[in-house]
Amino acid sequence: MMDHTLRVLLGVAALLLAGLPFMPQWLAFLITLALARGLVVLGLVLLMRTGLVSFGQGLYYCLGAYAAALLDHAAGIHDAALMLLAALLVPVVVALVLGLLLASYRGIFFAMLSLAFSMIVFGLLIKTSALGSSDGFNVATRSIFGIAIADGYNGRVFMAATVILSGIAAGALHHYLNSHLGRLSAAIRDNELRVEYLGASVRNVVHLNYVIAAALGGIGGGLTALAVGHIDPDMAYWTTSGEFVFVAVLSGTGNVLAPFFGSVIFEAIRTLANQYAPNIWQMTLGLAMLAIIMFLPAGLWALFRRKTRAA
Amino acid sequence: MSAILEAQGLSKSFGAVIAAADINVSVARDSVTGLIGSNGAGKTTFINMVTGYMKPGAGTIRFDGHDITPFTPRRITQLGIARSFQVPQLFNSLAVRDNLLAAVGIVAAAATRWAHGAITRERAGAVTDEMLGRFGLDAYRDKPAGVLPEGVRKLLDIAMALVVKPRILLLDEPTSGVSADEKFGIMDVVMSAVKSDRVTVMFVEHDMDIVNRYAQRVLAFYDGRIIADGAPATVLKDDEVRKYVIGEQLHVAR
Repeated sequence: MMDHTLRVLLGVAALLLAGLPFMPQWLAFLITLALARGLVVLGLVLLMRTGLVSFGQGLYYCLGAYAAALLDHAAGIHDAALMLLAALLVPVVVALVLGLLLASYRGIFFAMLSLAFSMIVFGLLIKTSALGSSDGFNVATRSIFGIAIADGYNGRVFMAATVILSGIAAGALHHYLNSHLGRLSAAIRDNELRVEYLGASVRNVVHLNYVIAAALGGIGGGLTALAVGHIDPDMAYWTTSGEFVFVAVLSGTGNVLAPFFGSVIFEAIRTLANQYAPNIWQMTLGLAMLAIIMFLPAGLWALFRRKTRAA
Repeated sequence: MSAILEAQGLSKSFGAVIAAADINVSVARDSVTGLIGSNGAGKTTFINMVTGYMKPGAGTIRFDGHDITPFTPRRITQLGIARSFQVPQLFNSLAVRDNLLAAVGIVAAAATRWAHGAITRERAGAVTDEMLGRFGLDAYRDKPAGVLPEGVRKLLDIAMALVVKPRILLLDEPTSGVSADEKFGIMDVVMSAVKSDRVTVMFVEHDMDIVNRYAQRVLAFYDGRIIADGAPATVLKDDEVRKYVIGEQLHVAR
């Protein structure tokens, strides 16, 4: 019993892992970053399917990165698995608390309040000289699950970890969206009043989805910290959060694979534009976005939908 | 016959508008009651107060002997009072079957809370398909709820209310916006569905043919008060009801 999405997911993940040894370093790095950020966008997609847009997912991206990095920085733990565990747990705990407040807000209030929280963390980090203020600090990883990572293999190990974690997250979220709670999330987007009149708590579902989105954001941040080897407060800055929303709109929310696909396209455009048109790379992105909104209002994923329908 | 729902001294005002002024009603178990009255007479306000959507300014509402006045709509639904809406409240982007499945899933997910929770959990798909069949929605099962004709939307709205197997069902104008030749069909479907489950029904209705045919008892609202209460034959002949609710002039002219 495996549906189309899961088959494609497994196929792409296997292909990436198989191709890993033959990939140039820069490509492995680009894919790692794109997938890690795709995880954050995946969380945003879940929120959007519940009818919410967060302009503050950078908060969890940043918290995940700092949680992972602090294990190295403050506790002297250099194991990638433990660092990623911290990158998962810290955002979850924070989201559980903030969710108590945020679950009562909708629309622009939810968006702005989530942005406000991310900017508070940004402000705190930038003033904390022990954590490098606006410069941040470097992150060193020496092992994964206790197995030492050989010199020069860091990039490939992190890409493998990113592909595997993204695959697990996408598969799990696909299952979730097709379960009762996923259906209820869409129902909440359509009509909250009716959900309450059917005897279910809208608040609880919103809170749960918010925490799941934070967990995905945290893992994405943790993976980014490991892969880049450096973190700074800009990860919580509002433009970072805005970029996640940008990629979510670019990708479309119709499928769990869309955020990863959109994120890879986004990183590719950014890298190429940076290289060949360094002065107008933001304009290039803007034009790409304009084209997508005009021709593919349901996001890049609509390209695949259309093809399957025609076939 | 014992009362399943008792309202005592209910009042509610919106600024200068009095939507309920000292309403006292006791509703018998397994009865079918029609609520009539002109627009603004307080019928929907009554439903909103019973289901916890609005808190009465004064008075108490008892369900099966328990005070439910302070409860939220969610809690009241869980206790066994469900409602349909004058404007159907559906999940417009979801298919008809998914609308019902969402409702069925709520019962299944908190199975211990509902008497029929365990069965619903085991047979969620089958329960949903049974509901589709019972309400004649099979033909629309994969259509998004937002594009359906009004009569079908009304039926789906009522079907969703019945998923929780309520002990009291409140219908807010079940046949408004529905064509004249469909209205009895809708009511027949609903009434036969509730009859097998022993549900107490209260419905708001402007159509006196419907009231006459389905109600055992009629409450006539005017200006936030109940001006007549009794069997349809008596209430619909009442002078005040003819004057304030039905509109004597119109009937004479005809």
